[in-house]
Amino acid sequence: MSVPAFDPGVVDDVIKVWGAKSGSIIPILQGVQEKYNYLPPETFPCVAQKLGVSEARVYGVATFYENFSLQPKGKFIIKVCDGTACHVRKSLPNLEKFRKELGLSEKKITTDDLSFTVQTVACLGACSLAPAFMVQGGIPDKVYANVTPDQIPGVLDELRAKL
Amino acid sequence: MSKLTNRDALKKVRESYKKAFDAEKRKIFVCAGNGCIASGSIQVYDKLAEIIKSKNVGCSLELKEEPGHPAGLKKGGCPGFCNQSVLVLVEPEGWLYTKVKPEDAEDIVEQTIKNGKPVERLAYKAPDGKLILKKDEIPFYKKQQRIVLDHCGKINAESIKEYLAVEGYSAFEKVLFDMTPEAVCKEVTDSNLRGRGGAGFPAGQKWGDTLKAQGSPKYIVCNGDEGDPGAFMDQSVMEGIPHQMIEGMLIAARAIGAEQGYIYVRAEYPNAVARLRKAIEQAEEFGLLGDNILGTGFNFHLTIYRGAGAFVCGEGSALMGSIEGRRGMPRVKRYRSTERGLYEKPTVLNNVETYANVPLIINRGANWYKGIGPASSPGTKTFALTGKIENTGLIEVPMGTKLREIIFDIGGGIRDGKKFKAVQIGGPSGGCLTEADLDMPLDFDSVPKAGAIIGSGGLVVMDETNCMIEIARFFVDFTKRESCGKCTPCREGTLRMLEILERIVNGAGKDGDIETLGELAVTISQAALCGLGKTAPNPILSTLKRFRNEYEDHIYKHKCTAGECQKLKTLYIDPQNCAGCGACAKACPVGAISQQDKVLEGKKKAYYVLDEKKCIKCFACKEKCKFDAVKEEA
Repeated sequence: MSVPAFDPGVVDDVIKVWGAKSGSIIPILQGVQEKYNYLPPETFPCVAQKLGVSEARVYGVATFYENFSLQPKGKFIIKVCDGTACHVRKSLPNLEKFRKELGLSEKKITTDDLSFTVQTVACLGACSLAPAFMVQGGIPDKVYANVTPDQIPGVLDELRAKL
Repeated sequence: MSKLTNRDALKKVRESYKKAFDAEKRKIFVCAGNGCIASGSIQVYDKLAEIIKSKNVGCSLELKEEPGHPAGLKKGGCPGFCNQSVLVLVEPEGWLYTKVKPEDAEDIVEQTIKNGKPVERLAYKAPDGKLILKKDEIPFYKKQQRIVLDHCGKINAESIKEYLAVEGYSAFEKVLFDMTPEAVCKEVTDSNLRGRGGAGFPAGQKWGDTLKAQGSPKYIVCNGDEGDPGAFMDQSVMEGIPHQMIEGMLIAARAIGAEQGYIYVRAEYPNAVARLRKAIEQAEEFGLLGDNILGTGFNFHLTIYRGAGAFVCGEGSALMGSIEGRRGMPRVKRYRSTERGLYEKPTVLNNVETYANVPLIINRGANWYKGIGPASSPGTKTFALTGKIENTGLIEVPMGTKLREIIFDIGGGIRDGKKFKAVQIGGPSGGCLTEADLDMPLDFDSVPKAGAIIGSGGLVVMDETNCMIEIARFFVDFTKRESCGKCTPCREGTLRMLEILERIVNGAGKDGDIETLGELAVTISQAALCGLGKTAPNPILSTLKRFRNEYEDHIYKHKCTAGECQKLKTLYIDPQNCAGCGACAKACPVGAISQQDKVLEGKKKAYYVLDEKKCIKCFACKEKCKFDAVKEEA
């Protein structure tokens, strides 16, 4: 899989809704990331110029918030919940299983073919059904609840079929 | 639907929807909350709808202005009993079907919708094997008092029509036509409603201050960030009764004279965002949001602002900074946000649950509200009850309910026959309560005395197999990652605390660690800039106070009594189970496993032994062994 070229039109679309003001930086970055799964380097000069703010400001916002990524991410983003409820009901073995199956680690979170990204998330709000994880990239986003590590290869097969 | 332009028009549509709603003699609610969706509730709904359509059953899928069918199928909000999902509630009988699967749809249509009979095999099965069909007779519900969440699960979560049918927007109507802004602020002040975001600040005072503040425009902001790991109450309100929260915001807007409002929602809540978006569109379509509302000249616009993943944005000034398009860093509070908040203008910032309380207070009066729970913190509180407990889910109880009632009566006690150890309350900013606190009433004044806070309302129950130091490490790891980095005590201090805790759970704790932790904790809580830093040491302080012996066991005896800390476990190979295959020895990265010369009687190969001194406790051998011969000891 390859990453498509950057299109400033995405930025214009968000500006149409939110206006060309500094308060629109986060929605714009969210719009770009929804399209590319990450923020391509061209995003920063483009947004800065259109909003009349410094590139440093846009970059500062993008690097502050956890949901923005400056590295390309996989088609499927697997967010393993490690909130308190999931943590006490053993979410880490699930995370380890994902990493093992996909050859990933804490440092390397995306597969080379850009199929999968595996990361942890603070809380998905599915605490009663802990441990849980969420898969983004299919439509709609899907939450898997009460998961054990032995179910994970099956989930990955299911996702691979949709690549 | 054309816009409603006056009070009579609103009354008229409410009347007609009420008639249509009441005409549906039986209502089937499929839970469309986050937990049930994850368990497949949409598939259950779709299957029911498909059968209803294909068999031409007299059941409507959407509320019409004119009375339609005698029954209705709806996507409802969360009834709360989440570990029994998928839940289907049948009204007016109050039958609750649990663990429903798409295969059950046929029976529900045939028996319940067509013949008005319950599907008894779907009733809740109590631990003693008894089937309990009626929701209100299930122990989980008996001690609850659902007032804020009353409609959650009992109306279609996606329909403004059904909200109108149950007197929705009547409190706003009253405020708009019959009350002055001062009177609204006074009513909320008199009710003594305290902010449900955690700190318990009186909401009426906040509103009154903003009303009096100079500066325009004024803003209304709703904090739906709910970043506390282990909490999901606000999510359930936003998903299940979005209009009730919007009505609360409209009332606040009218009370302080604001024309613009923001709902700040976490990005991890896509369902909540979708429901709110739909609710706002509907309210605009009906003329309850927008310009010249109901012909009064009052304008109010609502915008949803999705968070981008920063726990610190739950803090007021950081949240407002985020809406302004900056890094979510807290500001030094020279002014209250009621004077200078969003864009330096007077702002009311309340939490989701706080707003959802407001329509009830306006409709039923401050005195009614004060009659629930203790006078100093009246009303109810929703909690997310999770962890090692039998019944997990969303609960609502009067303030002042005892922890014992929540854990043992509502929660059904600890899972798998284990022993209760502690409950973490209030997330990373909170603390642990133990056996000794079980009879303490949960309210804004009592809980802080025990060194914890109610916080947003997450209750994570832990049993004897949970290590309290590991829990403290977990929370400090969280706050360290989420620290915005602006002030040094928080940025550096949380890191230092984490390093010490990590050492302790890895079996390398040193003499003096406990004292250093204590000192760091006190310094950080005094010196940090905002609430995140000030409360970051709470999990340490409360576990140090209550579980000091566990810290000492880890450091001085290299022992984790809960048996959770891997590096403090001892591994050995049980020769009786060992088949002599050697898989463990091959997996061991440090060569700690070797084969003996001796072959035990009845075995084909010699067994293996593990050298405890060389073992690095990576557990690779245990994972590889197919014969359950590698054992661990706490």
